[in-house]
Amino acid sequence: MQTAILGGKTLTLDADGNLADRNDWNEEVAREIAALEGIPELTPQHWAVLNFMRSVFDKEGDSPSIRRLTKESGVDTKTLYQLFPKGPAKKAARIAGLPKPKGCI
Amino acid sequence: MTHNSTQPIEKVSIIVSHGSLEGVYPGLIMANGARMEGIEASLFFTFFGLDAVIKKRMNNLKVATVGNPAMHMPTLLGALPGMSSLATSMMKKEIEKLDIPPVGEFLTMIHDTGAEIYACRATVDMFHLKPDDFCPEVDGVISVGQFYEKAAGGQIIFT
Repeated sequence: MQTAILGGKTLTLDADGNLADRNDWNEEVAREIAALEGIPELTPQHWAVLNFMRSVFDKEGDSPSIRRLTKESGVDTKTLYQLFPKGPAKKAARIAGLPKPKGCI
Repeated sequence: MTHNSTQPIEKVSIIVSHGSLEGVYPGLIMANGARMEGIEASLFFTFFGLDAVIKKRMNNLKVATVGNPAMHMPTLLGALPGMSSLATSMMKKEIEKLDIPPVGEFLTMIHDTGAEIYACRATVDMFHLKPDDFCPEVDGVISVGQFYEKAAGGQIIFT
């Protein structure tokens, strides 16, 4: 079982390296994960994506597809890849304290 | 060079050679999926696969109901008028349910992820196609040699 020290606490991670328990998540933890992922600062646009992902996950139990992110979060695909370089869905899920998205799209 | 089987894939070049709906989507899904994983991706459309990047044709691709044993349908039945359209509309509904966009929108999305999209020079010459026939996402018409240059250092996937 992997752990990481985030927000001053030792937190358990799942097999993909995402938070195992989403109740461990808070904004400070998000900022620290983002820094580890090479995103030094979370801007309001980052937060728009993260909050949208969290609200979809709460309702549906999985993260939204890129297409839905693009259509409903108000952040287009190009911007998404600039905000979360090298894999926006995967990275945003990790920073949002959610498991890796299951879908293919 | 030592080969490490757990080394992550960093780059893929995907060739799309078929122009049916079921021939085009796998390549598009794999290209988009690669970008989602942070893998560099490019798409190369050749032969009938070019229909996927021809403006007038890209959103009218059909499922092949003849010569396709996995349709579980007798060949003569598959050849009936309207059968391909019926199978196509059924499949498009299922595709939409999975939140997979229509071909045109999907190509725009894939291009927006930073993937490059190319058309095959030989096919373009063979079918007498003009630059204006292609959707704006096409980054260029390139030869096989240029394709290999661009694919250097990555994996090539033929669909």
